[in-house]
Amino acid sequence: MSVLQSNVPDGPLSEKWTRHKNNLKLIAPNNKRKYNIIVVGTGLAGGAAAASLAEMGYNVKAFCYQDSARRAHSIAAQGGINAAKNYPNDGDSVWRLFYDTIKGGDYRAREANVYRLAEVSANIIDQCVAQGVPFAREYGGLLANRTFGGAQVSRTFYARGQTGQQLLLGAYSALMRQVAKGKAQIFSRQEMLDLVMVDGMARGIITRNMVTGEIERHAGDAVLLCTGGYGNVYYLSTNAMGCNVTATWRCYKRGAYYANPCFTQIHPTCIPVSGDYQSKLTLMSESLRNDGRVWVPKKVDDNRPPSQIPEEDRDYYLERRYPAFGNMVPRDVASRAAKERCDAGYGVGEGKAVYLDFKRAIEEQGEKAIEAKYGNLFHMYKKITNENPYETPMKIYPAVHYTMGGLWVDYNLESTLKGLFVLGEANFSDHGANRLGASALMQGLADGYFVAPYTVGNHLAANDLERKKIDTKNPAFDAVEQDVRGRIDTLLSIKGRRSVDSFHRELGLTMWDFCGMARSADGLRQAIEKIQTIRHEFWENVHVTGTGQELNQELEKAGRVADFLEFGELLARDALAREESCGGHFREEHQTAENEARRDDENFAHVAAWEYQGDDVEPVRHKEELEFENVQLTQRSYK
Amino acid sequence: MKLTLHIWRQPNTEADGEFKTYELPDVSEHMSFLEMLDVLNEKLISEGQEPVAFDHDCREGICGTCSLMINGQAHGPDRETTACQLHMRRFKDGDEIWIEPWRAKAFPVIKDLVVNRSAFDRIMQAGGYVSVNTGNAPDANSTIVPKQNADLAFDAATCIGCGACVAACKNASAMLFLSAKVSQLALLPQGQPERKSRAINMLKQMDEEGFGNCTNTNECEAACPAGISVENIARLNRQYVSAVLTSRD
Repeated sequence: MSVLQSNVPDGPLSEKWTRHKNNLKLIAPNNKRKYNIIVVGTGLAGGAAAASLAEMGYNVKAFCYQDSARRAHSIAAQGGINAAKNYPNDGDSVWRLFYDTIKGGDYRAREANVYRLAEVSANIIDQCVAQGVPFAREYGGLLANRTFGGAQVSRTFYARGQTGQQLLLGAYSALMRQVAKGKAQIFSRQEMLDLVMVDGMARGIITRNMVTGEIERHAGDAVLLCTGGYGNVYYLSTNAMGCNVTATWRCYKRGAYYANPCFTQIHPTCIPVSGDYQSKLTLMSESLRNDGRVWVPKKVDDNRPPSQIPEEDRDYYLERRYPAFGNMVPRDVASRAAKERCDAGYGVGEGKAVYLDFKRAIEEQGEKAIEAKYGNLFHMYKKITNENPYETPMKIYPAVHYTMGGLWVDYNLESTLKGLFVLGEANFSDHGANRLGASALMQGLADGYFVAPYTVGNHLAANDLERKKIDTKNPAFDAVEQDVRGRIDTLLSIKGRRSVDSFHRELGLTMWDFCGMARSADGLRQAIEKIQTIRHEFWENVHVTGTGQELNQELEKAGRVADFLEFGELLARDALAREESCGGHFREEHQTAENEARRDDENFAHVAAWEYQGDDVEPVRHKEELEFENVQLTQRSYK
Repeated sequence: MKLTLHIWRQPNTEADGEFKTYELPDVSEHMSFLEMLDVLNEKLISEGQEPVAFDHDCREGICGTCSLMINGQAHGPDRETTACQLHMRRFKDGDEIWIEPWRAKAFPVIKDLVVNRSAFDRIMQAGGYVSVNTGNAPDANSTIVPKQNADLAFDAATCIGCGACVAACKNASAMLFLSAKVSQLALLPQGQPERKSRAINMLKQMDEEGFGNCTNTNECEAACPAGISVENIARLNRQYVSAVLTSRD
């Protein structure tokens, strides 16, 4: 039997969550104040969980590396949030949202988790509207919807191109209210550097105060990691500069299993790379594909400007290959199709871009209507590229955007370490091998507002934590703090000849070349070797300026890059072990005659969860078999 | 292009700061302003010098972390553009650029170009929310909001909390910041029950933090990268006056 117990409750799919909630142990309202909860990260998942737990009466300590809880990278999500409200009356339902999500994820997610996500999606919209989130509305004053990839209904709620910002500010304001009430404390500019386990349970964290350099201990009755994804292992991604794998990686090294790290999402519509000084990539929301048409010239090396390429010389390849979904195919499909055209020599710009064209939409709807929908995105595009997308098509290319993999969690969002809960992008649970657009915001808020607040209480009650109080004088903290201090001292003492960023860039290029949109066994083996080489050089030749007792951005980066250099190898190992193509994971050896991904349900309909065995020792790969009782596994087709 | 940079260097809050001058050859016009600073820092590190500390994160103009006075203008010369979205094509060969942190009593310098903006969080804690607990919300479409109000509320809600308004204001006032939140919630039905206490308490907190008052010079609007209009300050003033005159607290 697998060591991985998903703890999915019995009963019909649609009743599981309700039944489970009825069976969870409760903490009485006046006892909740006796418990301290640590929440790391203040994005949608962390902000929502911290606020909700504090509202319930728990004492919450919330940590973020940013200077304010309002700046977590959820803020940059553009397009929207899905919910099975069926307001447009187009036949949507909890079942359809569930089905689209599990199919979109290429059948590599747990049915029960995904169903619950769809079930609570409607409550999220209610909650956010009640907080004063200004969603887009129709003239009659009711909420507006738009369509996102992988769906044939309009179920996406949005606030122009700034939906993430508005949802995050809603959660942030709820959290600020709890700070004012004294139920929540915010520790900003604090970075979690390790996890403290006491008697087999997660009971605290070690952080570094990024202003003073002080190493701090914080104890609690449960630890919630809401620390986002690991996209920055590729160096260039749409993530914020500070996004990192450190919190989840440190927990992995303390015994939490890492699930499906090879499931990474390459988003099809980003502004292409230019110049080797480039520090990050900028996303152009998927919502643009509602009105934008993707094309390349029909002739190789057609250097004419787009305005001079007539219709008959254009290849609208998504509409051609996938007539049923057209430009609205899921992200993994759209990204691979763009790569295929560019690799075949049809790319525009410097060969690594395709056009996203709004000409027809502007003709049909008028410039004003397009501006109302996408104004801020067009504005951003122009600022970065100096080209006006109202007049000339955007040039876009896929870029790393989101990571479906993460720490393994059970139905309660609890990792293999008791008392360590993992929420939002940091866990692996809901998106399988590919996430559909507008589902990240949904999952972060579902985990934070509507799942963890119940399951964390169950953990506290079931383990009788009221009688197991500890504080930071516990010797377990001494040992972990010593590890943290040792690592920082080592980084500062190497005084080599290369900057931290130079290592990060080198790692990123390796990841992109060998673990990007297409992967092969040969390439992955090379990647593992290369990553090891870079890592060894890092620990001998990195130069970290300054000291540990001050604000030191080089030291912060160095710690994160050191962890990416270990994590990247695990990602490659996972990709190598998964001998199939599914979702965002495309193995060149496993494709159909039409270059579509070929899944292997017989051998790989499972979650791969990796267990740490020690540095430079191969980790162990555990399997959680995925049982599909409600949907039939089919070859995904968007034709 | 070749640039001469005069950058504010200050080791910590207590220490005195000063401008230091750096020459940077080979700046590409396609770089963003912050990428130009990255290149400078790589150069400093290779020469064994301390890199310049500056705040930044998303680098797409939405998180509000970056906070640079560039040639005396908050976020630099382009309208509705954060420093991270400013590109070097805006400058020319031989330019001298002065780079400073936000200057305000309520935003103490932490190091070099990094300031402490936690006063903004405390203003939000004083009332920048709707008191609704998770789980007790009615159906989202049960309250109709006229599109015009929803759109105005959205325009106010796009504030990124960067603090450029404070840095640009001769009084270091936070009125634009706080008016954006007060306006957003005053324009929506969900914000009505607490609109009086919100306006009074947030303003009180602003005063306590050491921000100055508004004297209607509108420099905040000119500097705001999110395009927040000073009409929000007018709305805040109306909210405040009516709250003071009618509040039962």
